[in-house]
Amino acid sequence: MLAEIVISALLVIAGVFGLVGSYGLLKLPGTMSRLHAPTKSSTMGVGGVLLASMAYFAVFMDHWSFHELMITLFLFLTAPITCHFIAKAHIHREERPENLPPTGTDAGWATFDEAADPAETKGN
Amino acid sequence: MMRKIFPHPYLTLTLVLVWLALMNSISLGGAVFGLIMGITIPLMTAAYWPDRPRINSLPKVVAYFFLVLWDIVVANFTVARIVLFMPKAKLQPAWVTIPLDLRTPEAITLLAGTITMTPGTVSADLSADGRAILVHCLHAPDSAGVVTEIKSRYEARLKEIFE
Repeated sequence: MLAEIVISALLVIAGVFGLVGSYGLLKLPGTMSRLHAPTKSSTMGVGGVLLASMAYFAVFMDHWSFHELMITLFLFLTAPITCHFIAKAHIHREERPENLPPTGTDAGWATFDEAADPAETKGN
Repeated sequence: MMRKIFPHPYLTLTLVLVWLALMNSISLGGAVFGLIMGITIPLMTAAYWPDRPRINSLPKVVAYFFLVLWDIVVANFTVARIVLFMPKAKLQPAWVTIPLDLRTPEAITLLAGTITMTPGTVSADLSADGRAILVHCLHAPDSAGVVTEIKSRYEARLKEIFE
């Protein structure tokens, strides 16, 4: 009984966060602001479902399932990278170097400053 | 010799554990096959990852993992509150430059990932010399505060782990 309540609560929380993430995608102004909603809320949304799934298999099916942990791991690895790709594409298409804050170093931002690519200067 | 077979021992260990978890059972066959992959994959990718990251303290890695996990939960609530209750006009998105003290590529990658997963910030670009990171804040009335928080909360810990 208690397990059922915990599992349902996790599912509902996950659903709410998933919904808020999608709503944020719709509501927030601008590409960069829109990136924030799905990268954060979706992790909680998916994480909640996965925790519920683990708890369900452990309590009702009597076996431990580690697939959910792997999905969480892959999600945590891929979410920032996808986000970075979108941000970089956005900078290429919509931003000018003048609109970004100064780097505070001699080189410019990597997206615009091709000459000073550290990988190339090091000779790799 | 050992270094030739295991260019990245932690990667080998992680691959074996991930393989066992994907199989969802602990069996000898699974462990052996996991070990085969754990040895071949680092060997095949060693050319693209020549340096071996030095990890100074495993307990600090675990502590950092749980700190970030907790911050991700907090980040979800923060962003959900901003999305639901903050009027669009009051939102102050901002670009922030964070000067980096970290030099290890692995540490900078981890820092960028952490910034993206935690409250209201997304890392967007790196300066061409790798000494500053460009961060977009969803709502930052005080951008200097964001810089000090990221530097003291995450960068200092990563520096202890990697450098």
